Amino acid sequence: MPADAKALWSPVRSRFDSRHFTQSGVKWLTFACALVSVATTFGIVAVLLSQSITFFKTVPIGSFLGGTQWRPSATPPEFGVLPLISGTLMVTIGAGLIAVPLGLMSAIYLSEYAHPKLRRTLKPALELLAGIPTVVYGYLGLYLVTPLLKNLSPNFQATNGAAGAIVVGIMILPLVSSLCEDAIAAVPKSLREAAYGLGATKTEVTTKIVIPAALSGIMASFILALSRALGETMAVTLAAGSNPVLTFDPQKSIQTMTAYIVSTCQGDAAYGSVQYNSIFAVGVTLFVFTMGMNMIATRLVRRFRQVYS
Amino acid sequence: MAKRKRLDSAFGFLCLSAALIGVGILVLLLYRIFADGIGRLSLSFIEGELSQRPKHAGIWPAIAGTSYVMILTGGIAVPIGVAAAVYLEEFTTHRNRLTDFIQLNIANLAGVPSIVYGLLGLAVFVRYARMGNSMLAGALTMALLILPMIIIVTQEALRSVPGSFREASLGLGSTRWQAIRYQVLPSALPGIFTGIILAISRAIGETAPLVVVGAVVGIVSAPTSLNDRYTALPLQIFNWAQDPREEAHLVSAAAIVVLMIGLLLLNSIAIVLRNRVKNRRS
Repeated sequence: MPADAKALWSPVRSRFDSRHFTQSGVKWLTFACALVSVATTFGIVAVLLSQSITFFKTVPIGSFLGGTQWRPSATPPEFGVLPLISGTLMVTIGAGLIAVPLGLMSAIYLSEYAHPKLRRTLKPALELLAGIPTVVYGYLGLYLVTPLLKNLSPNFQATNGAAGAIVVGIMILPLVSSLCEDAIAAVPKSLREAAYGLGATKTEVTTKIVIPAALSGIMASFILALSRALGETMAVTLAAGSNPVLTFDPQKSIQTMTAYIVSTCQGDAAYGSVQYNSIFAVGVTLFVFTMGMNMIATRLVRRFRQVYS
Repeated sequence: MAKRKRLDSAFGFLCLSAALIGVGILVLLLYRIFADGIGRLSLSFIEGELSQRPKHAGIWPAIAGTSYVMILTGGIAVPIGVAAAVYLEEFTTHRNRLTDFIQLNIANLAGVPSIVYGLLGLAVFVRYARMGNSMLAGALTMALLILPMIIIVTQEALRSVPGSFREASLGLGSTRWQAIRYQVLPSALPGIFTGIILAISRAIGETAPLVVVGAVVGIVSAPTSLNDRYTALPLQIFNWAQDPREEAHLVSAAAIVVLMIGLLLLNSIAIVLRNRVKNRRS
């Protein structure tokens, strides 16, 4: 709302008018609705904390964070979260290795090279990739990517970390490319023109002027995309498997934190059992990871804005 | 000099191929799914009941489950989300700590993994409120999931309404609420609709929270009340894809085709609405 419209907003007329009565009622009602989002945040934190505190009463927090065996249904059960973290990191880092270079280069092509006409066809096509439901990527991981990988080496298991990483990488590719494009578009034209005026080629302008200038925005987009990859569930459950082992071998079947939560909920863990509570402890771990990454990204974006406005 | 030029065209080519790889992958994915799924597609597949034997399975209960849950989800999340956006955009005359906090909070919520919403729903709706694994618990959970998205898109739509609309209305002696009700909201409506459709189509593909709050496979018929157990189309796809039998994975592909066509229809409505707004403003 422009500033002069805001000045008009302040009521000058009598407050005893019934119209003003309605207005303040509506205002409080909408305010209450805005508070629902705040309540959701508190709800998430409260639920995750209270349920995992119950969990940590039976399983010491040290053996949870430092343990290398995740066997929730064995007797006695073991809850060392490191295998789930290693699985999650493998998928996330692998997805980043695919999506970051491809996404950044697509963004450079779309914003610096592409003819506007070509841009108008390429961009929606990339965005379509983002609209495909994640369970579809899981299907493709199982029946398209893994068979291809098996052609390369017969050592790949039916579900494997590499397939999970590849499909999640494809999934976050449009996110990386559209966020990078925004960051690149925010670089002032004058910087480019100055470089061209000095006789630089397009490559030189892009790699030596535009990318360094947009760097914090680009980094923020990488982090946001990786945090999306970290929380991705259905695709990795299908493609990467449900076998919690501490390994960094991409040919092996693994389990991510999200996949553990889903497969436990599909099974019949009794309400109140240690196994039931363990999904909240894993949930807290996941929540801390993603929130940390999102906070770093927000910081970076804020710094970026300060430079060019 | 020649070396610099060669380097230049090589880099341009490299970037072009990166962009084309993305599009190539899209084509490959779509081709693969249609090739796998087309053989099982038929009217009886869409209308049929679910079955243990993939050969005879239909997907009607899953389509019904997804539709009901989404209608409920929209019915809960849209009024709350739009009202929250109206408060944040129209009723707060100046930024203050409270609105800044709410705004930051909404941005953070949009980044929370969907499965965490599932855990919230499991503890609060399924257990604490004793709704069990009902459709209502599922819809409430999904509503919380799409709420931040709906607030954000509504705010954008409200922001795009020119300030002169408000000024004219206020100048004629209306209250703020009258200006919002009769001027701002009607002209923001197509934008809000587009955003809502996109948010809902995003939610349709989300399966993880529904699994956590207890949507189950193997529900043979469509749900008839809020307290019924239910299944959802993506969940059924997930289940068939995990099934090692060959025919199960083909059924999964066929169900994916149905899901994607449904999403495509929803999204084209959103695009048509967006273009209509663009034409009217210019």
